[in-house]
Amino acid sequence: MQKKISSIPFQGTPEQEAKLKEAIARNIDDPGAVMPVLQEAQEIYGYLPIEVQKMVADGLNVPLEEVYGVSTFYSQFALSPKGKYHISVCLGTACYVKGSGDILNKISEIIGIGAEECTPDGMFSLTACRCIGACGLAPVITVNDDVYGRLTVDDVQGIIDKYKNA
Amino acid sequence: MYRSNVLVCGGTGCTSSDSLKIVEKLKEEIKNNGLEKEVNVITTGCFGLCALGPIMVVYPEGSFYSMVKIEDIPEIVEEHLLKGRIVTRLLYQETVEEDTIKSLNKTAFYAKQNRVALRNCGVIDPEKIDDYIAQDGYAALGKVLTEMKPEEVIQTILDSGLRGRGGAGFPTGLKWKFAAANDADQKYVCCNADEGDPGAFMDRSVLEGDPHAVLEAMAIAGYAIGASQGYIYVRAEYPIAVKRLQIAIEQAHEYGLLGDDIFGTGFNFDIKLRLGAGAFVCGEETSLMTSIEGKRGEPRPRPPFPALKGLYQKPTILNNVETYANVAQIILKGPEWFASMGTEKSKGTKVFALGGKINHTGLVEVPMGTTLREIVYEIGGGIPNGKKFKAAQTGGPSGGCIPEEHLDVKIDYDNLIEIGSMMGSGGLIVMDEDNCMVDVAKFFLEFTVDESCGKCTPCRIGTKRLLEMLEKITNGQGTLEMLDEMEELCYYIKANSLCGLGQTAPNPVLSTLRYFKDEYIAHVVDKKCPAGVCKNLLEFNIDRDKCIGCGMCSRKCPVSAISVTDYTAPGKKKPAYAIDHSKCIKCGACIDTCKFKAVSKG
Repeated sequence: MQKKISSIPFQGTPEQEAKLKEAIARNIDDPGAVMPVLQEAQEIYGYLPIEVQKMVADGLNVPLEEVYGVSTFYSQFALSPKGKYHISVCLGTACYVKGSGDILNKISEIIGIGAEECTPDGMFSLTACRCIGACGLAPVITVNDDVYGRLTVDDVQGIIDKYKNA
Repeated sequence: MYRSNVLVCGGTGCTSSDSLKIVEKLKEEIKNNGLEKEVNVITTGCFGLCALGPIMVVYPEGSFYSMVKIEDIPEIVEEHLLKGRIVTRLLYQETVEEDTIKSLNKTAFYAKQNRVALRNCGVIDPEKIDDYIAQDGYAALGKVLTEMKPEEVIQTILDSGLRGRGGAGFPTGLKWKFAAANDADQKYVCCNADEGDPGAFMDRSVLEGDPHAVLEAMAIAGYAIGASQGYIYVRAEYPIAVKRLQIAIEQAHEYGLLGDDIFGTGFNFDIKLRLGAGAFVCGEETSLMTSIEGKRGEPRPRPPFPALKGLYQKPTILNNVETYANVAQIILKGPEWFASMGTEKSKGTKVFALGGKINHTGLVEVPMGTTLREIVYEIGGGIPNGKKFKAAQTGGPSGGCIPEEHLDVKIDYDNLIEIGSMMGSGGLIVMDEDNCMVDVAKFFLEFTVDESCGKCTPCRIGTKRLLEMLEKITNGQGTLEMLDEMEELCYYIKANSLCGLGQTAPNPVLSTLRYFKDEYIAHVVDKKCPAGVCKNLLEFNIDRDKCIGCGMCSRKCPVSAISVTDYTAPGKKKPAYAIDHSKCIKCGACIDTCKFKAVSKG
């Protein structure tokens, strides 16, 4: 999958760095530490800018190339920050055959960005995700931790307005 | 002892429609009515009938409340739990028969099911090890450690005929036997819980509903092959499953069922969790192991097979969640019991995740050899809105589409391969006449192009070329020769790819070409999409004799492509409208707007 690399300057805090160092120290003896540490790093920073990847590489004493290889290989690792509200549209098969493609297009039309992008004001980001396993509710979207199921294209505007006005 | 037990589904489907808030509300209302010493609320795993979620069952009556809303809770508590009057109006209507209430097991959805792997899902609280133990949990591990030799365990699994539920169907006992035969200072037992097939969610449901069953089976496998360390590789997209696994591992430690000197027999076994990060290829065994090592999850050539050199170059076995969920039952009830179910070469039961255009979306577990017709029409309740069945897709991106003519094939590993599909992990997506099979093939190819790891050329470039051809076809630029070229390319990719992903990636194309060639021909020769899905091949038209001239469509049209004509149909008062095809963007707004069904597409 093509990854979008963010051009927004890195704004990490010392507290975040301390947390990351703690995560590195906890995992350093595990021979397979790169992935678990990157997962924790993403929890801490929300995404994995190159500065964070450098810290992980230095901390675990592995080449940056290896860390970068891992972070770009797996779709869960984000190299761009997410919006305040992160919208995921499930494009798993069950949702797709029930029209989730149209729902993605509608959302994209309303908030004016494509999949894997973030609105300039940082309000919304949009992603087309893999099956989240809620096939009984197809088609499904999630906005942060809220799940919306059994949707039609007409429901989309209302959901987005809810967050815009929140 | 409680007078009543209320079971509320806490699987992903139901929690997505707020079942956990229902649990809170229930507890609150029960307290308000002073029933907290009489009524027990249990959050369980998946009941399977996800289409009707959130689901709540009250025992001892067995009343099955479906699509429960928070507002309904006070009524259910007051009427049913306090006064003992079942709120029939809110029950799953199929269980209501005039004056009596049918048992759930007699409804169409459950009657033909036989729950082995799912036996505890929707029955126990997955976060309580005592619940699992009360259902004979860890008895199989006890039996194995105290009464059986490792060879006997392997022989039992071999005799049962259990085959891998992850997709390929390799005999589980054989895998264990190979790994047991290789000497090493360390061996590993791995569990593949990276359920990447879009539309499959049985592994998630087992992990959420019965996590101890997997831990117990892994410990049994560890004893059988001589391993002391296990790894569960689980999708990070399944937060509930991850949490319940963590709880289960902790509890098993507390009870001494994992760790050192289990049951005082000197056998040591421990399990670590590893979270995936969204790579479909990691469902392939060698990729999964590379990913556990913290690297890019790329496959490597086999041999050497993992039974000889797997995780960290040590002998390793890898089984799927559903496979493990059968193991303890086989040990307790005997291999003959398991082998008595199913077909000649595929024993036991299989869980299918029913989804797509079907009334009863959900999880079903049926004996191998059940026909697709029984699953779709009896258990699944048929197709919604009176639409016509077109195909059932099994095996996800590695599988194929099964047409109506094969609805009566007995489903097992070998029969599915014979008709050009495969079992895969058990996703079963039903499609109706509104689904375009070329579009479905394109959908899966987009998926595999995205998920191809890029290591080997046939898969990386071959699938991309295939997708390009499919795009041309759906855009109206296809030719008949292209169909032949596509087929040829499919066989090249199958024969030359390094791992299972590439070897099976062309299956969606091949199976749709085999059974729905007429649809491909309609796309390339007539430049039409018969199902009306491929936008570039659609044309919207207004039937001027049905049009009453209200002008609604014209006002809704976002690009002003609809204007009034000078033709007035006999019996109509106003002139009809027509669509300017050069302006039309095929958004479908006019079809949705017209109340007189005067607009058609095709």
